[in-house]
Amino acid sequence: MEAFTTYTGRAVPLRRSNVDTDQIIPAVWLKQVSRTGFDKGLFSAWREDPDFVLNQPQYEGAGVLVAGPDFGTGSSREHAVWALQQYGFRVVIAPRFGDIFRNNSTKMGLLPVVLTGEQVDDLQTRVEKDPALEITVDLENREVRWDGVTAAFEIDGYTRWRLMEGLDDIGLTLRHADAITEFETTRRPWFPTTV
Amino acid sequence: MGRTLAEKVYDAHVVRRAEGEPDLLYIDLHLVHEVTSPQAFDGLRMAGRTVRRPDLTIATEDHNVPTTDLLKPIADPVSRTQVETLRKNCSDFGVRLHPMGDEGQGIVHVIGPQLGLTQPGTTVVCGDSHTSTHGAFGALAFGIGTSEVEHVLATQTLPQIQPKTMAVTVNGALPDGVTAKDLILAIIARIGTGGGQGHIIEYRGEAIRSLSMEGRMTVCNMSIEAGARAGMIAPDETTFEYLAGRPHAPSGDDWDRAVEYWTSLRTDDDAVFDKEVVIDAAELTPFVTWGTNPGQGLPLAGTVPDPASFDDPVKRQSAERALEYMGLTAGTPLRDIAVDTVFVGSCTNGRIEDLRAVAGVLKGRKVADGVRMLVVPGSMKVKKQAEDEGLDEVISASGAEWREAGCSMCLAMNPDKLTPGERSASTSNRNFEGRQGPGGRTHLVSPAVAAATAVTGRLTAPADL
Repeated sequence: MEAFTTYTGRAVPLRRSNVDTDQIIPAVWLKQVSRTGFDKGLFSAWREDPDFVLNQPQYEGAGVLVAGPDFGTGSSREHAVWALQQYGFRVVIAPRFGDIFRNNSTKMGLLPVVLTGEQVDDLQTRVEKDPALEITVDLENREVRWDGVTAAFEIDGYTRWRLMEGLDDIGLTLRHADAITEFETTRRPWFPTTV
Repeated sequence: MGRTLAEKVYDAHVVRRAEGEPDLLYIDLHLVHEVTSPQAFDGLRMAGRTVRRPDLTIATEDHNVPTTDLLKPIADPVSRTQVETLRKNCSDFGVRLHPMGDEGQGIVHVIGPQLGLTQPGTTVVCGDSHTSTHGAFGALAFGIGTSEVEHVLATQTLPQIQPKTMAVTVNGALPDGVTAKDLILAIIARIGTGGGQGHIIEYRGEAIRSLSMEGRMTVCNMSIEAGARAGMIAPDETTFEYLAGRPHAPSGDDWDRAVEYWTSLRTDDDAVFDKEVVIDAAELTPFVTWGTNPGQGLPLAGTVPDPASFDDPVKRQSAERALEYMGLTAGTPLRDIAVDTVFVGSCTNGRIEDLRAVAGVLKGRKVADGVRMLVVPGSMKVKKQAEDEGLDEVISASGAEWREAGCSMCLAMNPDKLTPGERSASTSNRNFEGRQGPGGRTHLVSPAVAAATAVTGRLTAPADL
């Protein structure tokens, strides 16, 4: 996973709530068995509309997506995170995220940032007025800065550390392989097995 | 202070707890399907890792499988490759697989309970958000992404930050004609699609206690649609009766030990939930959705809402967009909405009781002219049981199509899909834009409402017939 410390760049305002993962990447794209090529599927149904925000040239190359509440609800498909990253997003800002989407994001190094509805609205309005506006997302100091505004956000210390170091969870867990083996000796013997 | 059911199950699975770190949680059962696993198995290969506990892992083919012509190869080459990749991965890593055509094949959330693998007090995960279904047994069950699938395959654990707890108490008895599906749709409309976020919901109260296991699974299944991490119901006699004699359920002395343990899995009287919601069952009626998220639902007796009636600007905007997508006009009675297709099936409502409800309504009746109705059992075992009971004959005689098992039109990854602008009444779980096919319009309903709707061609409850 790519480490994340600070990102400075432009943003895309996505003025929609309940952007479920079926919209982020429709099911037809989920048939792939590789991890690449999902950028083409990102919001593919919505991108058919020439007015859709991602089709507007002034937002090309932006690395921050700023969306309404309940972003990434629904299906557990991690393909949604892959699609956002492969399209070029490093950060998604929203007032509330679907739990699984948020988890998947932090496993892959896409930073989900929760700001209040008012802050998100302010950021979207300013970006709409000036699409060249630079936003800084500073994970080290847990804050987002734009246009003289500084907005603090919360993230647990462990996830922040893992993102900043770009560490893979499996490697970290395997340091505790002995504890797992020990735990297994205490499991109820009648718990089911699939064999 | 006492503990909630969720806390008891969670605590019993903590492998390691350290200040400032997530807990390491042991996983008792890992369910795998073809869509969210290929990249995880690839990850294991690249790192030279193995599946730590193939004996706690089971796979099935469900999302992509066609529901006709099972013996022919899958026509869509991309779907076929995905299914073949699962077969190779299961063979290479020693994981039990129920492939297409196998008598044990079915939707991942139908086969776990059917085999007796889903048991009270266990932790269950799957790369699928509807894993919450298994919470109906008092298991802690939640959906995960592909990175976590790989993590569980490699370590049989997951790092977790303990979720908060939420009680949804449904007092009183459900009125006649009101089903588990109506109940969960009403709960989601009440608390919203983000209302359960970060929480494990425990469903409690008389109305929940009186549900069958099938009904409980329908309720827990849609916990994710309320934003919750998981849904749970304390195990009781109904649970034990369902489990007894199933292939992987304990037997003999183990059964007694298991029941003793399972009986302890209830929320202590002095336990405190982080959030509580109380619902009066007597107020509930058949419930349907009108919009494009599962929180946009109303009693069937209602009318399509006017977006201007929402005070919250976010909800207003969402409703405006939903009406435009759904092709609906504010003020239209929901009972006047005509549908083209009726879909019965999915991990929400593809079980035997659902098919019985559908056959009960269709018996002696015909599907309306111009309406296509698909009935897709949740598993091959459910299909066989339905056929043994003669339900397939009733369903076919009405003009509905009786299909093979799979996820089918719930998410349209197989050939069963809506065409642009086509409208469905569906017993599945998501009315998202394009969920059942690009441009398709979905109304979520119970199996009984689905069957009655098929008969009239408009959203209808059996009592209206």
